[in-house]
Amino acid sequence: MNIPYTVEERPDTGLSNGKFGIWLFLASEVMLFGALFSTYIILRTGAPEWPHGELNVWLGMANTFILIGSSVTMVMAWASLKLGDWGKHRLYLMLTFLLSAAFLVNKYFEYAAHWTHGELPDKSTFLAIYFTLTGLHGIHILGGMVVMAYFLGPGAKLYKTKPEQFTNRIEYTGLYWHFVDLVWIFLFPVLYLL
Amino acid sequence: MHADQASIKKSIRSYMMIGAALFVFTGITVAANQVHLAVPIAITVALIIATMKGSMVASVFMHLSHERKWIYGALILTVIGFFILMTVPLFTTLDHIGTPIHVAAPASEHTVH
Repeated sequence: MNIPYTVEERPDTGLSNGKFGIWLFLASEVMLFGALFSTYIILRTGAPEWPHGELNVWLGMANTFILIGSSVTMVMAWASLKLGDWGKHRLYLMLTFLLSAAFLVNKYFEYAAHWTHGELPDKSTFLAIYFTLTGLHGIHILGGMVVMAYFLGPGAKLYKTKPEQFTNRIEYTGLYWHFVDLVWIFLFPVLYLL
Repeated sequence: MHADQASIKKSIRSYMMIGAALFVFTGITVAANQVHLAVPIAITVALIIATMKGSMVASVFMHLSHERKWIYGALILTVIGFFILMTVPLFTTLDHIGTPIHVAAPASEHTVH
């Protein structure tokens, strides 16, 4: 079966189906994280006291730098494809994958430190919302890594037969990845600094 | 050179500049936190910087500065939904469900009689 509008734009929307689809998905993601941010506000404003300095700001800042760096490499992976430079695309996509892995390793050390100190979600409201928000975000990082691994591995074959469709797929992956970065941009000050 | 490729090469410069700006703003956010401002000011500063960073990612990396109207339409609906979600906490402070208004009532009745 031939799926229509994977490369060419639909006459009614002016968009390829994949692009409109990923934006609708991201809209649903905004609502998911929005509901959790709203929950955070309710819990924080309702709490008699809220802990400060519980989290390691420097580890959080390092992870922010890592994710921003990965956003740059991700957009460069797409731009390299648009310029027809396959080698640079592979390099940038691999860098994005490695940076996302570094983010998770960093997060593992943070979680491990909490675990050894007995700071688990059942200990306080702050820790409960912290683990919920960062855990959900971490799952999104993992999901992005699976998609990137696919395009670094078996999914790369598509470039030989349908380079434009492959380029579009990398663009959609990038849109998702930038959204994951965007969520962290808000999570970092809300959880680590305020 | 193809016109599309020329515009991509031009965009790469802006990707790098935005990336650098995001690093700088992250540094400023952490530096502001080290100053130990009053909580309302700290929250305002941190959220303003985060909003600026988020806008840069969305407009440049996600190309929202020049997208089609269908995407803007979908996002406007999302923004409306998001603000409704953000007003939910307000309703929890405006209502009086769960407050012990009936506990104090008998005592005041006794004083009247």
